[in-house]
Amino acid sequence: MNIRAVRAIYGFEMARTWRTLLQSIVAPVISTSLYFVVFGAAIGSRISTVENVPYGAFIVPGLVMLSLLTQSIANASFGIYFPRFSGTIYEILSAPVSPFEIVLGYVGAAATKSIVLGAIILLTASLFVPLRIEHPVWMALFLVLTAATFSLFGFIIGLWADGFEKLQLVPLLVVTPLTFLGGSFYSVDMLPPAWRTVTLFNPVLYLVSGFRWSFFGQADVSVGASVAMTLAFLGGCLALVTWMFRTGYRLKS
Amino acid sequence: MRPARRSATQAAMPPIISVSNLSKTYSSGFQALRNVNLQIRRGEIFALLGPNGAGKTTLIGIICGIVRPSAGTVSADGHDIVRDFRAARAKIGLVPQELTTDAFETVWATVSFSRGLFGKAPNPAHIEKTLKTLSLWDKKDSRIMTLSGGMKRRVLIAKALSHEPQILFLDEPSAGVDVALRQDMWRLVRTLRDSGVTVILTTHYIEEAEEMADRVGVISRGEIILVEEKSELMRKLGRKQLTLQLQAPLDRLPPTLDAFRLELARGGTELVYTYDTRGERTGITALLRDLAAAGIRFKDLQTSQSSLEDIFVGLLRERA
Ligand SMILES: Nc1ncnc2c1ncn2[C@@H]1O[C@H](COP(=O)(O)OP(=O)(O)OP(=O)(O)O)[C@@H](O)[C@H]1O
Ligand SMILES: [Mg+2]
Repeated sequence: MNIRAVRAIYGFEMARTWRTLLQSIVAPVISTSLYFVVFGAAIGSRISTVENVPYGAFIVPGLVMLSLLTQSIANASFGIYFPRFSGTIYEILSAPVSPFEIVLGYVGAAATKSIVLGAIILLTASLFVPLRIEHPVWMALFLVLTAATFSLFGFIIGLWADGFEKLQLVPLLVVTPLTFLGGSFYSVDMLPPAWRTVTLFNPVLYLVSGFRWSFFGQADVSVGASVAMTLAFLGGCLALVTWMFRTGYRLKS
Repeated sequence: MRPARRSATQAAMPPIISVSNLSKTYSSGFQALRNVNLQIRRGEIFALLGPNGAGKTTLIGIICGIVRPSAGTVSADGHDIVRDFRAARAKIGLVPQELTTDAFETVWATVSFSRGLFGKAPNPAHIEKTLKTLSLWDKKDSRIMTLSGGMKRRVLIAKALSHEPQILFLDEPSAGVDVALRQDMWRLVRTLRDSGVTVILTTHYIEEAEEMADRVGVISRGEIILVEEKSELMRKLGRKQLTLQLQAPLDRLPPTLDAFRLELARGGTELVYTYDTRGERTGITALLRDLAAAGIRFKDLQTSQSSLEDIFVGLLRERA
C-alpha cells in the first residue's frame, strides 16, 4: 500500500477545497438557510407536525441528505474529471499507485468535505429549530456511509463524463429529482397509495428514511432496509469502478 | 568524460529497459506500434528520433503505464511493467510532451506532491536542490499559472525528478524552449547521466541527438528501423565525397588508382572519391596528382557530406 500517495492525493484535493472555501462551504449554508425560510417558515406554518415531529425539524435530515448527495457527487466527479480534462492525470497513471489507492485518495477527500459540510448544515439547522438526535452513532454512520457511497458514485461520473455538460447531467437529471421525490421534505405516508409504491423504488428514500430514523426514531421503511440499500449501492459502485480501472475505461487508451 | 570502456561494460549488463514484441493498436483501429523490440542500456542517453506520428509518445506512454499495450512485454530494471507495476514505475520519471500542469498550485506544492505520489518520504532538501538546479528556486511560491511556458516545462522536469528516478523519459524536452534553457537542460541531462540515471529522450532536432546521445534509435510508422551507437553514426557522417566530372567517359579505372578505391558513376562520366574528414590527410592532393599522371582530365568537381539528417531521410525513404 502506497500510503504516501494516498495522502498526497487526499492532501491535494483538500487543498483545492480550502482554496474554494467560499463556494464549497458558504454556498451550501446559504442555500440550506433558504430552504428553512421557504419550507420551514412558509410551509411549516400550515403543516405544524409530521408524525409528531415539528415540520421544521422534520425536514432537517432530508436537507442534510440533499446537500450530502449533491456535494459528494459534485466534488468527487470534478476531482477526477478535471485532471482528465487538463491532462495532469498522466502523472497519476504513471505513478506506482493502485486503482484502490487512487479511489481512496479522491473519494476520501470528497467524502471528508461532504461530512464537514453535513455537520455545518446540521449546526446551521440547529439555529433555526430545536434538534434532537436519538441515535447519534447511527446518525454518524449514515452520514459517513452516504458521503462515501455518493462520492464514489461521483467519481464514476467523473470517469465517465467526456464533457463538462455530462458532469452536470446526472446530478441534475437524476439525483436532484430522486432526492426531492424521496421524501426529503415529507413523509411517504402523506402520499396517495399508488405514489407510495412508486416511491419505494427510489433508492434515495431509503437513505433519507434511515437518516431521519437516527434523529427521531421513526422511519418510512425499516432501518435494516435502509442500511441494506446503501450497502448495495456502495457495492454496485465499487464493482463498477473496479471494472473501469481494469479495462482502463476512459483513463488509458 | 566517459571512458570508452564504460560503454562496453554497459553493453554486458542486463538492459535497464527491455521492450519485447510490443504492439499497440488504438481503439480507432490505428496501429501505432508494430512489434517493437528495444533494449536500453543502463546509464546511457538514448535518443529516439522519428517523424511526427511515428509512435514515440505511444512507446513512452506504454513504458510509463499511461497507454495499454496490445501485445508484447516491457520490463524496467527487471520488473514487468504490468505485473510488477509498482516496482517498475517507482524507478521511472516522465516529462511529457504536452505542457500539462496544474494551475493554482505553487511550484513547491506540485513538486512535493509528485514525490509523495511516488511513495517517497518528504525530503525538502532534495526538492530545494532540484528547483535550484532548474533555476526555479525564486519561483517556488509562485502559482504555476503565473509562469512562462519554458518555466512550466522546467516544473515538469522538477516533478519528474522529485522522486529520484533511475530512468528519466524526456518527450521532446526542447519543444518551445529557448537556446539558453536548452543548454541548461543538456547540462542537467549530462549531470544526471553522470550520477547513473538512464535518460531516454525524443527529439526532432538531429543536433540534439548528436550533441547528447550515446545511442540513437530511429522509429518510423511504429517500427524501430535503426538502433546504433552515435559514434558509429558519426563515423558514417564523417565521410565526405568528392565527385569529379570527367571530360571524357571512362570504361574502367587504371590500376594505378586502385589505392583510392574510386567509383565510376553516371556511365563513366563521373568519378567518386570517398574520404574521411577526420583523417590526418584527405588524400585529395595525391589523387589529383595521380589522375593527372594517368591522363584523366576533369571539367568540374564538387564535395558533399552526408548528415545524420541525410541518413535519416534516406532510411525513411527506403522504407516508404
Ligand atoms: N489516443 C489515440 N487514439 C488513436 N490514435 C492515436 C492516439 N494517440 C496517438 N494516436 C496515433 O498514433 C500515432 C503515433 O502517435 P504518437 O503520439 O506516438 O507519435 P509521436 O511519434 O510521438 O509524434 P510527435 O513527434 O508528433 O510527437 C499517430 O498517428 C497518432 O495519430
Ligand atoms: Mg510525441
